Amino acid sequence: MTPVLLIFFVLAGLAVLGAVSLVLQKHPIHSALSLIVVMVCLAGLYLLMGAEFVAAVQIIVYGGAIMVLFIFVIMLLNAGEEERTDFSKIAKFAGLPLALALTAAIAAAVVKPDQSLHPVTEPVIAKATEQISTMLFKEFVYPFELTSFLILVAIIGALVLAQREKK
Amino acid sequence: MVPTQYYLILSAILFGLGAVAFVFKRNIITIFMSIELMLNAVNLAFVAFSQAFGKVHGQVFVLFVIVVAAAEAAVGLGIIILIQRNRQSLNVEKVNLLKL
Amino acid sequence: MIEFLKTSVSQNAFWLITIVKIVLLLFIVLTVNAYLTWFERKAVAHIQSRWGPHRVGPHGLLQPAADGLKFLFKEDPTPAGVDRFVYYLAPLLALALSLTALAVIPFGPNPLPFKILGQDVYLWIMKSDIGLLILFSITALSVYGIALAGWASNSKYSLLGGLRSSAQMVSYELALTMSVVGVLLMANTFSLQEIIEKQARPDAHQWGFWGWNFFGWAHGGIPVPQIIGFICFFTSAIAETNRAPFDLPEAESELVAGFHTEYASFKFAMFFIAEYTAMITVSCLATILFFGGWHSVFPEAWSIPKYIPSATLIPFGLWVIYDGIKYENIFGKIILPAVGFVMFAIGGTLIALPTVNDFIQPIFWFTAKVFVFLFFYVWARGTLPRLRYDQLMNVGWKLLLPVSIANVILTAAVVLWRSHP
Repeated sequence: MTPVLLIFFVLAGLAVLGAVSLVLQKHPIHSALSLIVVMVCLAGLYLLMGAEFVAAVQIIVYGGAIMVLFIFVIMLLNAGEEERTDFSKIAKFAGLPLALALTAAIAAAVVKPDQSLHPVTEPVIAKATEQISTMLFKEFVYPFELTSFLILVAIIGALVLAQREKK
Repeated sequence: MVPTQYYLILSAILFGLGAVAFVFKRNIITIFMSIELMLNAVNLAFVAFSQAFGKVHGQVFVLFVIVVAAAEAAVGLGIIILIQRNRQSLNVEKVNLLKL
Repeated sequence: MIEFLKTSVSQNAFWLITIVKIVLLLFIVLTVNAYLTWFERKAVAHIQSRWGPHRVGPHGLLQPAADGLKFLFKEDPTPAGVDRFVYYLAPLLALALSLTALAVIPFGPNPLPFKILGQDVYLWIMKSDIGLLILFSITALSVYGIALAGWASNSKYSLLGGLRSSAQMVSYELALTMSVVGVLLMANTFSLQEIIEKQARPDAHQWGFWGWNFFGWAHGGIPVPQIIGFICFFTSAIAETNRAPFDLPEAESELVAGFHTEYASFKFAMFFIAEYTAMITVSCLATILFFGGWHSVFPEAWSIPKYIPSATLIPFGLWVIYDGIKYENIFGKIILPAVGFVMFAIGGTLIALPTVNDFIQPIFWFTAKVFVFLFFYVWARGTLPRLRYDQLMNVGWKLLLPVSIANVILTAAVVLWRSHP
């Protein structure tokens, strides 16, 4: 059990616990906090894989902006605890086994015997930040500029949607 | 050295949990958060593959997924605020005006 | 048994030294926090033509200890109807995040002159290629402490204060990050140690303080002064840490006390420590990014400025001895002169031992610059009136963000011109 494997299991266990807590909590704020825990654990896993820039962007953008937006909306709309409504009987009994079946199907599809995955030469990619920035501005410059346009459209959309009716 | 399969199994588990939350929860905001959880699971798979192949294309795509998720969260939460104003409730079953 | 301990210590020497460094840094930072509150109260008082705390010890120096004891012994009520988990989590989160940010700050370039357990002991806890990004991540996460505190208190003043405060922090985060991009364009790296190194290239050692990023001479070719970047950075940082003149969300006359209304003794102390630690972190960051970090004001080639630390310590130590003798109680008559004598002795040792003097130089200059910025913080609090909330948001979005983006464009144009004329 190398230290890297131990850290992986700790972070992965915390992430799964956070996701389970997201499903089981009744109040949306607790679900939001569990999701933040999942995101920070995933950022830790990205650091373990040497993707340091992606880890920082995950915490800054996802954990520091998107989840703050969620928490603002939960606070503004005064969301309370979830009420129990009765859904169908089938869902109660077949729901969890079907979910397990879905997860197992996805896992089996990606975990084939590894003849297509090349043996990893180095555990960490060197100078990932420089390579990402070179690629963003050379090969992927067109999608990069398009995303800025997408954000502009999203800002305008959110502004228009949240306006009050003009009397 | 953590084998890539471990990351992919973790990504599958997180995706499955996100799908469960999406189907079973009643609050619109929690459903939206489960969508973000599924996107995160996919990001993890991307970065795991990027490390397995030694190239950074996976990480570049993760940046794009994060940007798209941010834009989607902004607009989606605007829609949720409107739903709350119109139906006075955050229960997804109350949004049923088009029901037969 | 002893052999097992010896081998495990020598194998894990790095981790043990890191843990000792962390404990030492926490101790130093908490002490600096406590005396920063003393300094703030004295400085604001003198700006307002009064004395500030002067009874609790000579010059009020024991006031932080008295405040600490008060916070420990006061009753800690929890209001009814709060969400207990989030109510207890919020101050903990704020404090933990503020203290974690200090892990990446470098305090000096050289390791200690002696090796401990066979390891070189550097003056930072973590050296990383993305040190600056780690600081920004922690700044981004620290919004949660305030937003959750405001919400969990189950009170309308707290909720409003918390929402306003977190909206302010999120808005000024953008201007903060953009104003640093000019420095990053010149330095080409996120690592804090390398940013400091590039502000005084070996062949530019005759520039002295002109080499700092504020003036921009050290990078060769046309200088790109980052004056606008620094002004935007410092203003956004004051707003980010919720300090005056941007402290409407926690002002007492406006919103009772904003998001920490319902928090009593020790939890309030945690928010307090978090705020002052954030001030210290931002001052350290301002010196590292814009003012040359640990490089001295004078060029490295001159030898007389190397005696400036001793030249400040010796007279100050003598004055403390002289001042302490006047008092009647034990703190004034014995401890103050002892402290003064220690300062005098350290000043003398620095003149006598050149290796120790060379080691102390960068740390002295770094600490001096950080104290200058902390003084600016306190000065702004004592002098400037508070901004109204809509004026605050206007300044953040309509003034600072466009100006910092213009700074980035100008810096990028000059850097590009410099490399491909």
